[in-house]
Amino acid sequence: MAIALDIALAHLTSRKRQTLVSLTGVVLGVGFFLAVSSLMRGSEKDFLKRLVDNSPHITVYDEVRHPHAQPAAMQWPDAAVLVRNVKPQRETRGIRGWPVRLAFIEALPGVRAAPVLVGSAVLSFAGRLEGVTLSGVVPEKMKHVSTIEEKMVAGSLEALAANPNGIIVGQGLIDKFSLHLGSTLSVVADDGVSRPLRVVGIFRTGNASYDESQAFVLLKRAQSLLGRENRINRVIIQLADAYAAQTTAQTIEAGVDYKSVSWIEASEDILSLLLVRNIIMYSVVSAILLVASFGIYNTISTIVMEKTRDIAIMKSMGFHARDVRHIFLLEGLMVGVLGSCFGLLLGVGLMWVLEQIEIRPPGVVEIVHLPVWWGAEQYALAASFALLSCVSASYLPARRAGRVHPVDILRGAT
Amino acid sequence: MSESADDASIIRVEHVTRTLEGEVPVTLINDVSLDIARGDFVCIMGPSGSGKSSLLYLLGLLDVPTNGRIWIDGEDTTGFDDDRLTDLRLAKLGYVFQFHFLLAEFSVLDNVMLPIRRLGQLSDDAARERAHELLGRFSLGDQHAKRPSQLSGGQRQRVAIARALANDPLVILADEPTGNLDSVSGANVRDILRGLARDMGKTVVAVTHDGNFAAAANRRIGIVDGRVDLSWRPV
Repeated sequence: MAIALDIALAHLTSRKRQTLVSLTGVVLGVGFFLAVSSLMRGSEKDFLKRLVDNSPHITVYDEVRHPHAQPAAMQWPDAAVLVRNVKPQRETRGIRGWPVRLAFIEALPGVRAAPVLVGSAVLSFAGRLEGVTLSGVVPEKMKHVSTIEEKMVAGSLEALAANPNGIIVGQGLIDKFSLHLGSTLSVVADDGVSRPLRVVGIFRTGNASYDESQAFVLLKRAQSLLGRENRINRVIIQLADAYAAQTTAQTIEAGVDYKSVSWIEASEDILSLLLVRNIIMYSVVSAILLVASFGIYNTISTIVMEKTRDIAIMKSMGFHARDVRHIFLLEGLMVGVLGSCFGLLLGVGLMWVLEQIEIRPPGVVEIVHLPVWWGAEQYALAASFALLSCVSASYLPARRAGRVHPVDILRGAT
Repeated sequence: MSESADDASIIRVEHVTRTLEGEVPVTLINDVSLDIARGDFVCIMGPSGSGKSSLLYLLGLLDVPTNGRIWIDGEDTTGFDDDRLTDLRLAKLGYVFQFHFLLAEFSVLDNVMLPIRRLGQLSDDAARERAHELLGRFSLGDQHAKRPSQLSGGQRQRVAIARALANDPLVILADEPTGNLDSVSGANVRDILRGLARDMGKTVVAVTHDGNFAAAANRRIGIVDGRVDLSWRPV
């Protein structure tokens, strides 16, 4: 193998310029592969993080996935059953016996849960009315399952616990109504009763419609405002491992008999979009390496053509066809290894440069850095793809070299 | 003829024919039988296109006969695959061609070391020592670091002979070894080859057009139209 390596090295250095061009192709290919991949994967992870952080990992609704079948339909499963005059139950909606079910959920490992009652209400201030989604929460539990506390710009979630008549609203609503911390506004609920509440907290998520349409009050307050005493209609759950949401959601659904939706299920469309995006990205960056491999094919083919006499003499001397093949495969491998090494360095450099870029999206105060992912698997992917394309590019010329028949060449030469 | 080669002959050829397939098949070698003794210096002569080189390639296992058998050192090579023929060449045969065919990227020393390293029986140091010794024998000791392109034609051919001797082969096969050299270098190469046979017991089989070269040989075999013609003499 050492001779093959020596000969391969001698061949490559004898055609310095062409080797350098092939090498540059691989270096650029690997470098851009890495840069693009790190940026795309980084933005994907950033996006998922926002998705995962800003929404509950699992939400239990006061609904069932499959409505209960009518007794008649259960009796005659194959018949067309028509039941007339079905009257809906006159019962306050919500999760029945929620404290027991909540206790079940909280007993699962790595799970934090908070009961919520969500309903709609109208806020009125100085004669203006605004419909909002009113969430009744238990501050102590809520702060463990939601990022709302991090988004507070004034006041706090605890202030809500201290003041049963407090309300937390978004910055958008504050701006619209020209309110401030401590202002009093009226909340009109279902039954038309108006109740004055004091603003004890202001949050800002950056999502304008959310900031204008959400309001938080104590769970008890919401229950009385919405006329649904002792009821909740959501359980918001946060997990230690966000990616276990799907299986945990199934466990919870089986345990509590209510529909539990994981963020993975809720964002299936986005996840498949990200997958398609990755496929497109890897096809494009692989194409660069594919083009680079044509350069290698060209260089090694030229060397094989130039060195036919050398190949003939080596075979007459006692080199096997496979020894000769190894020489040229090694040439491809050497370009691949060297190109990968320099390409990885270039890629890391490009990734560093990308990370330094600061972007200020229009209308946003915050400076945003490009999300660059430094994960190890992409280096391995870039290098192995480069090696694979280099070795496959040298395979055909190597095979041709192995098939050189010394007598044909010697006859032509003498 | 007997089925096995006797010990005295290093190469035995029995009714060998070599035909090139094609629309019009061409017979290069036609029913040739030969015995070449150990330590002999044999010249194969004949007009251009008579099949001298083709016979040499067959004797040197670079080509395989269409019919007939070839023994090398008592071993019947019939039916050997390419790998076995290659291994036999590596261990027992050494080639010298009209053009030196040294690898241009390697030094003279590395060129001589190449077959030794391929065989892999000597350590790198021992291989280097042997190559130095061979080069010294042909007055090339001080040229070992040079590239082939920095040497004269005669020097290159001597390097090629040193390379052919690298693995201490039993047979040296030379194809017009002086064909490309001036008369002084040619005489030098001839003397070296003769010395190999006479003093070192190597068998030398050379194809040549050169009457002076042939005169140095112990035995001359004429080839005309692919057949042995003992009456053939150079004009």
